[in-house]
Amino acid sequence: MATRPVTGEQRAFMTGNEVVAWAALAAGADIMYGYPITPQNEIMHYWTRMAPKYERGFLQTEDEIAAGFATVGGVLAGKRAFTATAGPGNVLMQEAMAMAEMMRLPTVVVVTQRGGPSTATVIYSQQELNLTCFGGNGEGLRIVYSPASHDELFLYTIKAFNSAWKYRFPTFVLGDGYQSKMREPVTIFDPEARGITMEPCRPMVGLPGEKRDPAHLRNTYNLEDELYEVLTAAIKEYEAISPRVVEWDTYAVDDADLLIIAHGVVSRAARAAVVSLREGGFKAGYFRPVTLRPFPEETLRSLAARARNLLVVESAYGQLKRLVQVSLYGLETPVTGYLRPGMGITPEEIVEFIHAKELI
Amino acid sequence: MAIAAQPQMPRVWRAETKPHKFCPGCGHGIVLKALGEAIDALDIQERTVFGCDIGCSLLSWDFFNLDTVQTHHGRTTPVLVGIKRARPELVVVSYMGDGGAYAIGAQHLVSSASRNDLVTIIVVNNTVYAMTGGQMAPTTLPGQKTETTPYGRDARLTGRPILGPELVAAIAPPGAYVARGSIANIVQLKNFIQKGLQNQLEGRGIAFIEALSSCPTNWHTNAAATWRFVEKEMTAYFPVGELRIPAEKPSGRFQEVPPYGS
Repeated sequence: MATRPVTGEQRAFMTGNEVVAWAALAAGADIMYGYPITPQNEIMHYWTRMAPKYERGFLQTEDEIAAGFATVGGVLAGKRAFTATAGPGNVLMQEAMAMAEMMRLPTVVVVTQRGGPSTATVIYSQQELNLTCFGGNGEGLRIVYSPASHDELFLYTIKAFNSAWKYRFPTFVLGDGYQSKMREPVTIFDPEARGITMEPCRPMVGLPGEKRDPAHLRNTYNLEDELYEVLTAAIKEYEAISPRVVEWDTYAVDDADLLIIAHGVVSRAARAAVVSLREGGFKAGYFRPVTLRPFPEETLRSLAARARNLLVVESAYGQLKRLVQVSLYGLETPVTGYLRPGMGITPEEIVEFIHAKELI
Repeated sequence: MAIAAQPQMPRVWRAETKPHKFCPGCGHGIVLKALGEAIDALDIQERTVFGCDIGCSLLSWDFFNLDTVQTHHGRTTPVLVGIKRARPELVVVSYMGDGGAYAIGAQHLVSSASRNDLVTIIVVNNTVYAMTGGQMAPTTLPGQKTETTPYGRDARLTGRPILGPELVAAIAPPGAYVARGSIANIVQLKNFIQKGLQNQLEGRGIAFIEALSSCPTNWHTNAAATWRFVEKEMTAYFPVGELRIPAEKPSGRFQEVPPYGS
């Protein structure tokens, strides 16, 4: 029985869903609990083909609610458990993720956004930002990565397991339908080959032979003071780890008059738009939050303060824009949105919009 | 002078959290005693994980000297299935009320039964939603008054009470153990629960035990009326006994397939 699915580094040409399955294998994920929904299906297709060869587990549950809660169970049992979903499935999964948030359970969920609200399209969108960052009946104490390429999809899927087990907040990889279905060159690797040590997993229940008090884990509190104390500690910890978790990417920002802000695959169009504007002699730059929760607001604030105009480009109707505006509260740089819910965005469209609105 | 004999607590009961948090006259304490005695008898305390639901059952979150997870309403079974699939060597007990089993969590029960998951599910049937203040449950008897059936449950409007064990018995593959006990017969109830745990230990299939229980708080009954309701009215609709035993030969299209992790 093979033990290491990937050795060293290997070049490949594959779809994003395949990348996620390989990344989960490389990360040492033990078990996946899943329920089919497009466009993430092939994650479990690839997983179910490869998992038995590496002694990993899988269960197709009866719905996303069960997939989310079984993932919670797998994590409680001390296993690197994960699931994947999209759209209405992401809505259902928020119930289990709220429990994970309350109980600080290192769950990992890969979300491949599709059009919304409701069933909408199965193709592509960036409309699950709100839901993934803040979808529970709580404060959004989660870690959310938004990768832009297949290389990043591989890297951040591995990272999601490590951040989850290190910081004990539910962790999400927020991809999208285009990433899921398109093929592009990618370098897959064994984490060890890049000096990445996987965070150890430890059971929270079920430790026969160990002398200790039994674990009594709950998410119900009788008194408001009791809950307040638990939440205050969690919020304090979330704020303390945030500077270590936040990640962002910038391009040509040093002298930028116009700062284009985008995340996920749309940021690739934004970057291409910046390249094209620069070729035309326009001082444009781009900023991309890699973590949407926590949001890299300090860096964005300092860059935004230097710009004359900010443009948020997203395949949603202002979900990222609201995060940006909240982060920049008090700053007078005008924020414009190029908001195309559920639509793909090209560099040409962005450039055209910028000229039409005279943002530069 | 001889010291009066004290009622014995199961070893697995957590003395620090006793007396327990349930209302006077509630049946949960009796069901949990039966479960505690069964765990003691099988000596599986170290590797048992107890999961409880929302509703009154959540008050058992620190009831035992067992690793315990209190989950969401109706979601206890998928959490424990998640644990069991990840760690087949553990023994998992999913403990909930009739709402968690037959209303909000019904899809999980149906799916676990058809998969023959190696979990032991205990459902406390008191015919009402008790913690939320006595509304109609899937098990409320026809004519029974609750906060949402103030003139008595009208089966034409709301359907008939769900027969949980009969449902599970009808869909579970061979190897399943299904029974209905009652707090009115604790020896029999303990026996059923112990057989249910044994079924998981031996990897034969799902174990499902419903326990007829009492809720004087929401029934607005005194002691005599409470027992009369449990022993006469409930039993008349919900027959007590074993519905499936694992030794049964597979019939019809069911084939002998050992459950996962057995």
